[in-house]
Amino acid sequence: MSGIGSALLNSLDIGLLLFIIAVGLNIVFGVLNIINFAHGALYMLGAYLAFTLINLAGMPFWAALVLAPIGVAILAVIIDRLLLRYIYDRDIADSLLLTFSVLLIINESVRLIWGSGIQVVEPPSLLAGSINILGGSVAAYSVFVIVIGLVILAGLWYLFNRTRIGRIMRAASLDRDMAEALCINTRLVVTGVFAFGAWLAALGGVIAAPMRAVDPGMGDKIIIESFIVVVIGGLGSFPGALIGALVLGLIHGFGGRYLPDVNLLLPFVGMALVLLFKPNGIMGRSTSL
Amino acid sequence: MKAKVVLACLLLVIAALVAVPWIASYFYVFIFTEILIMGLFAVSFNLIFGYTGMLSFGHAAFFGVGSYATALVLIHLQWPFLACLLVSMGVSAVLALVIGYLSVRLNEVYFAMLTLAFGMMIFAIAYQWRSITGGSDGLAGFTLGSFGLGIDLTLSNPAVYYHVVLAIVGIASLVLYVICRSSFGLVLKAIRQNPERVAFAGLNVRTYRLVAFIIAGTFAGLAGGLIAPFLRVASPELIHWSTSAEPVLMSILGGTGYFLGPFIGSAVFVLLETWITSFTGSWMLVLGIILALMVVFFRKGLLGTFLDWWMEVKK
Repeated sequence: MSGIGSALLNSLDIGLLLFIIAVGLNIVFGVLNIINFAHGALYMLGAYLAFTLINLAGMPFWAALVLAPIGVAILAVIIDRLLLRYIYDRDIADSLLLTFSVLLIINESVRLIWGSGIQVVEPPSLLAGSINILGGSVAAYSVFVIVIGLVILAGLWYLFNRTRIGRIMRAASLDRDMAEALCINTRLVVTGVFAFGAWLAALGGVIAAPMRAVDPGMGDKIIIESFIVVVIGGLGSFPGALIGALVLGLIHGFGGRYLPDVNLLLPFVGMALVLLFKPNGIMGRSTSL
Repeated sequence: MKAKVVLACLLLVIAALVAVPWIASYFYVFIFTEILIMGLFAVSFNLIFGYTGMLSFGHAAFFGVGSYATALVLIHLQWPFLACLLVSMGVSAVLALVIGYLSVRLNEVYFAMLTLAFGMMIFAIAYQWRSITGGSDGLAGFTLGSFGLGIDLTLSNPAVYYHVVLAIVGIASLVLYVICRSSFGLVLKAIRQNPERVAFAGLNVRTYRLVAFIIAGTFAGLAGGLIAPFLRVASPELIHWSTSAEPVLMSILGGTGYFLGPFIGSAVFVLLETWITSFTGSWMLVLGIILALMVVFFRKGLLGTFLDWWMEVKK
């Protein structure tokens, strides 16, 4: 396959993986009005749970793909009931600080449980090789990531636009007090949305596990990437998460190939440019002072 | 009456700090040097967090760049130490102008994420620009020469270096205190409480925020210039966002509403870290739990909680 073609495919698989993670961050912000600093740590927990289920419990990859995100979502419910419920009506800085302390606790717990080394998760045999598309050979796992990214995208679109739960989530995000006045149990919505965001993060973690190193630093890396995605796309915006993720995917896919010396810098340059010309992100609501 | 008590306490603490090298072992001289430097770093951060209400997660960018500036000047030019510190402050001020210009116009969520991202950009530069910054190893192998101004000091002696740090941190804190107490400082407090009203009063909120951000960055650069000779290395970790988190934690720990809160936070932080790491490797786990409890139950920090308790007792 040509250089540009494979860079494009690479951009798309990075971009859609980032979308799955960043959209979780955005949904939580939209409904709960908190920035979940621990989102990357939950992503990492997804990857480590998958590692345990596959390598230590001997489960197939597909079982881990279903079970690990559910496990992390249950943990998110506990975090919500134990800590976050105290600060929902406080200043947003407090939610950043509290979720940051959750991040510290999860990061260090992961080090204690699984050690500081790099763990390897093998892709399932079905996705291990490469397949031929349009006369070129493509890693099967990339195709899998793109397919599952598109499935999540379609599923979320359907959820938000065509179901009652999605309408309740949108209503709670627009005006929580009004939603409550209309007999919606917003406490349940808040906990559910936080768990759903964690589920998306952990799903991203399981998908990333065979592609990237599973180590205690992976959560910190992805939270920065997610922040860049939501800054570029627009905070709290569903299409913004997609656009931001695809832009960052393109920057990584092409930057890594054609500008290796500055590839770590490029995402920040892209972000600064968006800020200069469109401070609220490409799809952002007006949040500027 | 109350002012006199506070002043007396402060003088007592300063006298005790001056006496540290004569009454305590070298181990504690190092500990207190670190407390003072990190305290200045945290106080500079609290100017934008506690006073102006902007939560930055990239303050280590200025701290780290300040340490690199002093290290580079010492390696290539061998200037006196005071000149190195001025270079550190100047470089950090310019960087704070650029990052601040892009960041202060946005509200606090975006501001926190942006400062974090820009801090990591500086980290990426320090990490990848091997020929200048030494890459992941950082810069080492520099030695302090003269102090400057014709003052003759043996800076390589830890006790002398401690007293130099104490004097510089003291002067810098006094300057920051005067800034906080000035009308400029009052406007910053007003911006934290209600930016719209300050804007309606005809003041340019963005400019005030930017100036506060630059002052904070400059003094963080000074703290960075002091830490490089202390650690004998300027490394990318000093820029990393885990370092940015330290002044945040120290301010919360001590109390963001008080000028001296971050210093108390720094002392508790460094002493706890030394104590806890002596018998367990999980300092960060303990720190996370402490921070969570502080944010949820003791939002005023140790100093604020203590003062509230003191008022209750006096009644």
